[in-house]
Amino acid sequence: MSQPDRPRKQIVLGAYFPGVNHDTVWSDPASGSHIDFASFEHWARTAERGKLDLLFLAEGLRIRTRGEDFFDQDVVGRPDTFTVLAALAAVTGHIGLAGTINSTFNEPYELARKFATLDVLSGGRAAWNVVTSSDAPTGENFRRGGYLGHHQRYERAGETLAAVRALWDSWGSDALVADPSSGTFLRDGHVGDFELHGNQFDIAGRFTVPRSPQGHPVILQAGESPAGRDFAAANADAIFSRYQKFDEARAFYDDVKARVAKAGRNPDEVRILPSAAVVLGDTEAEARERHAEIHDRQVDPWTAIVLAEMVWNRDLSGFDPDGPVPDVEPTPEAPTWIRGRAPLTQDAHATAKAWREISTARGLSLRETVKHVFDRAVFVGTPEHVADEIDRYVRADACDGFILGSHVSPTGLDEIVEKVVPILAARGVFRTEYEEGTLRENLGLAPPARFGERRAATSAGVAS
Amino acid sequence: MPGSPLPLHVAVALDGAGWHPAAWREPGARPTELFSARYWTDLVRTAERGLLDFVTIEDSLGLQSGDHLAAPERRTDRVQGRLDAELIAAFVAPLTSRIGLVPTVTTTHTEPFHVASALATLDHDSRGRAGWRVQTSVRPDEAAHFGRRSIPGLRRDQLHTPEAEALVAELFGEAADAIEVVRRLWDSWEDDAEIRDAATGKFLDRAKLHHVDFVGDRFSVRGPSIVPRPPQGQPLVVSLGHGDEPYRLAARGADVLFVTPHDVHQARGIVGRVREIETEVGRDEPLRVLADLVVVLAPTREEADERLARLDATDPLTSDAAILATTPSALADLLVSWQEAGLDGYRLRPAVLPTDLDHIVDRLVPALQERGAFRTAYVGSTLRERFGLPRPTSRYATVGSPA
Repeated sequence: MSQPDRPRKQIVLGAYFPGVNHDTVWSDPASGSHIDFASFEHWARTAERGKLDLLFLAEGLRIRTRGEDFFDQDVVGRPDTFTVLAALAAVTGHIGLAGTINSTFNEPYELARKFATLDVLSGGRAAWNVVTSSDAPTGENFRRGGYLGHHQRYERAGETLAAVRALWDSWGSDALVADPSSGTFLRDGHVGDFELHGNQFDIAGRFTVPRSPQGHPVILQAGESPAGRDFAAANADAIFSRYQKFDEARAFYDDVKARVAKAGRNPDEVRILPSAAVVLGDTEAEARERHAEIHDRQVDPWTAIVLAEMVWNRDLSGFDPDGPVPDVEPTPEAPTWIRGRAPLTQDAHATAKAWREISTARGLSLRETVKHVFDRAVFVGTPEHVADEIDRYVRADACDGFILGSHVSPTGLDEIVEKVVPILAARGVFRTEYEEGTLRENLGLAPPARFGERRAATSAGVAS
Repeated sequence: MPGSPLPLHVAVALDGAGWHPAAWREPGARPTELFSARYWTDLVRTAERGLLDFVTIEDSLGLQSGDHLAAPERRTDRVQGRLDAELIAAFVAPLTSRIGLVPTVTTTHTEPFHVASALATLDHDSRGRAGWRVQTSVRPDEAAHFGRRSIPGLRRDQLHTPEAEALVAELFGEAADAIEVVRRLWDSWEDDAEIRDAATGKFLDRAKLHHVDFVGDRFSVRGPSIVPRPPQGQPLVVSLGHGDEPYRLAARGADVLFVTPHDVHQARGIVGRVREIETEVGRDEPLRVLADLVVVLAPTREEADERLARLDATDPLTSDAAILATTPSALADLLVSWQEAGLDGYRLRPAVLPTDLDHIVDRLVPALQERGAFRTAYVGSTLRERFGLPRPTSRYATVGSPA
């Protein structure tokens, strides 16, 4: 709920589970299983101890490959997002449970059932990060196959979201009577009715799950292209971003909040939450040294080649990571060389040119250039410094909070919760106890009834 | 102990307020809590207190109907609505430690890749207690919820027309394909694929991940799974059957089969038929066959009869399975005596929850234990072990690698 008696903007904090990519240093002695539930439980209990707003899990739909080979260098494999979130609902009591689930390779009826069930089981803590895919190789694992053209991604995502919301709305909050004395279980025989027709869907019938505590689980999105930003601005309750440098974050914030207003929504009802890796030290020098060591392990010589290959879309294994940035041109038109990871660039030639310029201007080798480009650690320093930075970003409207994490699972979050969060709480910019209420309420988001009305007025292509 | 019965397997089938349509109106029922975490947690914990083999959780991709082949009737006087069964199982996994968790997941409209991932994860999260109750979705209204295919549906009075038989063959063929794909995906990571070798920088031995390359009429799946091999290797696969087509599906793809005999003579006939079909399809490890029984329990036979009569007077129960209104002691005798038909055990469907589940756990289980017919403590850690099933080696395991 909003806190009008508090003078300072309250910070939203989430936690991400270290991902299936080179940022996660599995060779660290502290690194545990990425599969065992005990790891997820440790992470979730830590986040809840810190009174964080939400947990965030990504999803996997195929194993990454490089050429014809399975990728074997980074963490590989992950558990099913829904199943882990439902199990985490049982061992936590307050924290939001957010999962990335693809709108391309799932159908609205199942998505609505799963998220409504998760919301019921968790007492109103479910959140869905809506993502799209037009990746044909990913389609190799699914009934639909890789049929969806790039330009249809947001059409399908939009229709999926509209359909899922219509399903969530198909049981009114008074639908369930369950009164043995009158023998009335349902209010009427039309509970759950829905009918949706669009370019992507032609579905009708009755939905099975009663209205969940949030009505509509919180919707998250991470649009970056102009179309993606517009989609997020029109549809999302919270928007992830990877714009972590202060000026970029400020620009993204202003741009998206303007798009939210243009979509006819109140900009205050959309939270913007960049992800941020944190590296702490007792002194600034110690933190920087630790960061240098971690980053050196994240972008080892082979990883530098592979990350360059993601831009060049060709085999660069013949190049020396300690030599210059490759002088060959990228081949974006060739078959995808590294599959199963989101593309790093929309314009390979421009990116390659930019890398060469960085290399030349700074005298950096290929690996040093990659390390420069992929330095994802946003906050490096003492706990006081990191707290200052988080506070500065939020106060200056560069964002509304952060999704925090580290390079080690599951214990990397521990020191963030133990050392940084208490400083923010002591300053009165972060909660000291959980509020009663749903995730949607605690994030200060619009209730779904109002949201639903606005959607009905602005969504096109799907009529209910 | 000479002459004593073999230990029985006893599972319980959880569905809404119980299997009787009037169950939700009974004293002791919790109709306002049917869609709550606490309700399902209480039920599964109760079943675990009774040392039961596993719980199944019913599910479907449409509202309940009186005739499960037909669309829902728009009735307002019966339980309608469900939570997703796999997520209920996932929720109770960390709150229980020994009981098997067997959600129903349909094969008709779902993605086998997601099904395999979800159940493998349930197995990881429960440390080897996951199962999959395979079900087809036959109703046209369920197909319309997805809008991707049209299913003409079946009428109970026309089950043996060529059209009906073709539809059943199509849906069961798809189910067999789904089981095959899911089992391949569970095998697609060998057990020791994750090596975390800091010296070479290899997280994975990529020779131990495998494409599954399944190509079928309804779906093709390349694989491998995104989830490493589950603790049981392959979670327990169970299905319900009333005739040759589903028996054949089970003989080809399941580990446990539920059947619906109405007396011991029928039970003998069904088990015999199942064994014939196992031979026909060339199966080695016999299916574990459990008889489904709807149970209404009370301290005396008269009270049990009165309970059922009262329930039926409100809203009569019809069932594919035998309906037994009896005492826990008499039920224990019956379960032991039907064993001679070749049954491995039972899946009991409590008519009223939690009442009949409480009777099963607090009265029936001790009665079976007195007869030497049921465990007095859980042994073995995985659900497969409980059924004496070996942990399967991955079909893709490299020759010479450890099993």
